[in-house]
Amino acid sequence: MKINPTRPLLLAAALASSFGLYSLTSRPSAVTADPNNAGLKLPAGFGALVVAETGARARHIAVTPQGTIYVKLNRAKDGKGILELKHTAGGKATVTGGFGSYGGTGIYAKGNYLYASSDEDVYRYKLDAKGEVTNPAQPEKIVSGLLNRGEHESKSIVLDNAGNLYVNVGAYSNSCQEKDREKGSMGRPGCPILDSAGGIWQFRADKVGQTYGTGTRFATGLRNVVGLDWNAQSNQLFVMQHGRDQLHDIFPALYDTKQSAELPAECLYALTKGANAGWPYLYYDPVKKQKILAPEYGGDGKKLADAKYLDPAAAYPAHTAPDGLLFYTGTMFPAKYRNGAFIAFHGSWNRAPEPQKGYYVVFQPFQNGKPSGPWEVFADNFAGSAEKVASGRADHKPCGLAQGPDGSLYVSDDKAGTIYRIVYNQK
Amino acid sequence: MKNICVLLSLLLLSSGAAFAQKKPAAKAPAKKPTAGVSPALLASGKAIYAQNCLSCHQADGGGVDGMNPPLTKTDYVLGDKPRLIGVLLNGLKGVEINGEEYRSVMPAQTHLTEQQMADVLTYVRNSFGNKASAVTVGEVKAARAAKK
Repeated sequence: MKINPTRPLLLAAALASSFGLYSLTSRPSAVTADPNNAGLKLPAGFGALVVAETGARARHIAVTPQGTIYVKLNRAKDGKGILELKHTAGGKATVTGGFGSYGGTGIYAKGNYLYASSDEDVYRYKLDAKGEVTNPAQPEKIVSGLLNRGEHESKSIVLDNAGNLYVNVGAYSNSCQEKDREKGSMGRPGCPILDSAGGIWQFRADKVGQTYGTGTRFATGLRNVVGLDWNAQSNQLFVMQHGRDQLHDIFPALYDTKQSAELPAECLYALTKGANAGWPYLYYDPVKKQKILAPEYGGDGKKLADAKYLDPAAAYPAHTAPDGLLFYTGTMFPAKYRNGAFIAFHGSWNRAPEPQKGYYVVFQPFQNGKPSGPWEVFADNFAGSAEKVASGRADHKPCGLAQGPDGSLYVSDDKAGTIYRIVYNQK
Repeated sequence: MKNICVLLSLLLLSSGAAFAQKKPAAKAPAKKPTAGVSPALLASGKAIYAQNCLSCHQADGGGVDGMNPPLTKTDYVLGDKPRLIGVLLNGLKGVEINGEEYRSVMPAQTHLTEQQMADVLTYVRNSFGNKASAVTVGEVKAARAAKK
């Protein structure tokens, strides 16, 4: 092959012009993925960076349209239950303040307000034109007195587009047994827990001083929901239920440890007012694709539950603990992600002695406001290694999800307190 | 004097363990327990643990963050025996251990026999890095009588 002497020159010119183009398009504030993508495994074209290390149990996360990040901590750190972070160079951020002395899970930004929850109450804070809280010490208490008996205590929150607030009140029980989690103990007839828990309650988002009495039990028969989001396409609330634990421990004659690890599915439900997903009377078997009568209520692992209860919209591996749900409406990611759901799976513990599972963010495709096609693992390796997944000794546990104004996906971690940002950088 | 004996046996045990690591095929030393706890008793305790405790407290005894307490490095396991036996007899909820809150409910384990309770507690007190004296059936009986 004959070498054309002008070729290197052309190459150099091409390189120079592409660098020129690069310097024109990339501003100092451009988001740069970490060289190792923050330790995550992502689909081709995506990158990730560690936005900040909070060193606290970062539960849910909200990002205002102006880009200010608010993180709800499970327990107040140095007297602050909510952290405020502002962006610095390269898409990273730094903690600039904190407020709210209460621990909790829920945080959600909508319109001119930031909403946050303790394990009993919901507050709202005023946001200014810069998307920053103006009254950190004097929030309005919009809901108070929600049940917290220590189990499934977190109160996740979301708003619809009609001024309503939805709050999860988890059941203070695994399966409404006479004696919670005790071997062989049967279910309480007409499970009384459902009166004040085990469902989603609806309140007005702009009204101070609401309680159970002024709220509406919007949906029931949901054991515990941590991840929930409003789907603007179907104008509907979607929730991720944490399925029941310990089928083998409680009914060893009916379930072996392998069955107990794979049952029941973690379920996505599309809710309408009055919906009943059937807890504690049933669980969903992802292999049979059927609602099975719970053993506490006379089930044997085969008997079907009453068909009147709501079917799940989609099902995921058992015990993987879906803690965050987000419908992606941004334009940064490729078209297939638009209006689909991201789900943060905190990771299992109740699959032991089988290997644990989860510690990833899943993508569930949607079409016309309904799940469409199989889900896929989107962001993996929060745990740090396959061994750490199997043992459940994960380095990070994904919990909350939020979408940034540019379409970045933020993920909070309540194990080490890392805040991740996932970006698409292939055009 | 008793303490010296325990120390001595610990030393012997740890050197035995080191030896066993080098030569996995070597017999007895690797399994030899501490403080006069027989391998048979530990095996019995381990089986009871697997059936009744493992799914919450995990194979390594480390528990689950914020939910199920760890069984390692805690006074609940290593300290006062009547209190520990009481956890099996009465269950436990909402305790703070080493500054951490644990939210899950532990049900009473009264389906276990007194022998099984003694065995599993002895196993827990001598596993996951724990080293503490055995729990006897007599101690379980006494704790149960005190409860009544």
